[in-house]
Amino acid sequence: MAVPAATPPAPARRAHRPRTRWLVHVLLILACLLVTGPILFALIKATQTNQVVLGPSLVPGPQLWHNIKIAWSSADLGIYMRNSLIIAFAVTFGKTLFSLMAGMALVYFRVPFKPFVFGFILLTLMMPTQVLIVGLFDLVSKQAPPTWHALFSWIAHPLAPTPYGFNWSDSYWAIIVPFLASATGVFLFRQHFMSIPVSLADAAKIDGAGPLRFLASILVPMSTNTIGALAVIQFVYVWNQYLWPLVIIRKADRQVVQVGLNLIISTGQQTDWGLVMAGAILALVPPLIVFMLLQEQFMRGFALSAEK
Amino acid sequence: MQEGSPVFKSKTTAWLLLLPTLVVLLIFLYYPAIQSFVLSMYRSNLILGTRRFIGLDNFQQLFSGILAPMYRQVVLQSVVFSASVVILGLAISLAFAMLANQKVTGSRVYRLLLIWPFALSPAIAGTIFSFLFNPQVGEVNHFLNALFGIAPRWLDNPILAFSLVVTAAIWKELGYNVVFYLAALQNIPGELSEAAAIDGANAWQRFRSVTLPLLSPMTFFLVFTNLAYAFFEVFGLIDILTKGGPIGPASLHLDNAGLTTTMIYRLYQDGFGGTGSLGFAGAQGVVLLILVAFITVLQFRYGGRNVHYGGA
Repeated sequence: MAVPAATPPAPARRAHRPRTRWLVHVLLILACLLVTGPILFALIKATQTNQVVLGPSLVPGPQLWHNIKIAWSSADLGIYMRNSLIIAFAVTFGKTLFSLMAGMALVYFRVPFKPFVFGFILLTLMMPTQVLIVGLFDLVSKQAPPTWHALFSWIAHPLAPTPYGFNWSDSYWAIIVPFLASATGVFLFRQHFMSIPVSLADAAKIDGAGPLRFLASILVPMSTNTIGALAVIQFVYVWNQYLWPLVIIRKADRQVVQVGLNLIISTGQQTDWGLVMAGAILALVPPLIVFMLLQEQFMRGFALSAEK
Repeated sequence: MQEGSPVFKSKTTAWLLLLPTLVVLLIFLYYPAIQSFVLSMYRSNLILGTRRFIGLDNFQQLFSGILAPMYRQVVLQSVVFSASVVILGLAISLAFAMLANQKVTGSRVYRLLLIWPFALSPAIAGTIFSFLFNPQVGEVNHFLNALFGIAPRWLDNPILAFSLVVTAAIWKELGYNVVFYLAALQNIPGELSEAAAIDGANAWQRFRSVTLPLLSPMTFFLVFTNLAYAFFEVFGLIDILTKGGPIGPASLHLDNAGLTTTMIYRLYQDGFGGTGSLGFAGAQGVVLLILVAFITVLQFRYGGRNVHYGGA
């Protein structure tokens, strides 16, 4: 059913009359301006000098590189970007791998209480992290249980307020580990695997392939669209996260770039808007690259099947 | 369906494959969700580090006690905000996607320019809008000042601030919505519209009776993803642009909270914003969890019915 994004026009399709075609172009240009305008504005402002940036001028200035350099080193943007990159890659990789594994187990293995297990995974669609931050904060930030006894008494009383935690504030673990599992991911892979003919798996088994070889040499090559789609969704989602890093990370040198932007805005008496705009543009680059690179896979592996 | 005929028999391997996902979900989603219920029944003192069990007191405070006027306003604002973002956002996105779907020269470039904001974050949108609409140095006021001699206080006037947050939120989500609508539009066979045209249907009739019904599954999907976006993801935008303020007009009885304070923003303020009322934050978390559960059930129940599933 997945029609590739670039379908050749159907021959029966009527061509637009010249007047209509003009109108379509004008409307399209207007739409593009509306969508792109604020970014163009940010881009232009990121090139201007301190004297010009606060004025009305929209003429590009000579300072883009200078502003980027200052933002990168003096305003710590480089550190924020590095943190975001580490976290985004770790979560994207881990989440895709774990979802692939779980999807494989649900389709190709005999799992006791399978509907219950799948239900347990799907039910987490109802638990957005943002809503859970109060409970998650305690769990992630509190001191680790000092003794085995303390650990057991914690596990034995799940309905008491969290007494201990992972002691992960200000560490990457706090923004990576809680996001390594995904109901959406498991669901997507399960759907995709169920559309692969079962004879393939049987043939692989007859050839003596174990589950690992089956995964590596058949499932993964046949799932590039799903993997690409999930990678785009997860990378953009993790890169753009704001609320959880804001509450759990207190040390600036561990902060992610989305929250870092706000730190750059509020440093000093007067906001250096040229610097801030340079930072905003830079923070947009990595997810944009990932999206552009995997756009086709994303369209085929997710966008076109979302309505199914 | 393959589920009845498992290929591999090893139960150990199956559990090993499932274990990472199940453990992470149990510890980092189920446990905090349960803890939201637990915390909502305690009163915490952050300074002394003590917790006292008070039953449903926090809920009572929120719904009929001293905090009720504030919470009612916040809930109302969230609903109005989300409805505006979803309805206006989807209407604009659909219009843009229909335009991008036209076969004209350069359509690939147009499409790319319209879908790139998929990668945009609420925080970046908030950052750019807070400069663009800065009352003193923002471009919009430079422009309005030069043309009409006015300089609106975008972030101090409650109505303007609310509209600005809605606008920024819609703008940020345009790319996401256009990507999905465009994909759905390209899935619609052209012959259907052709046939209607031959039958004498004009463009609007073709849109109303052919395109729109065929898009309904996608619209349905987007309504729910956009609802989740408007309720939760927009947090970063609000935090950078308005910090939940300004206080609404007393004449409309909207002076119990900042006019751009949504439910998730209030939860954050109570949990982490210095007031230190973790119990209230927990109770608000429970309210939101119930709301999400209700909406998800609605989504699954009506997902297959009132919408037209086109294509194969």
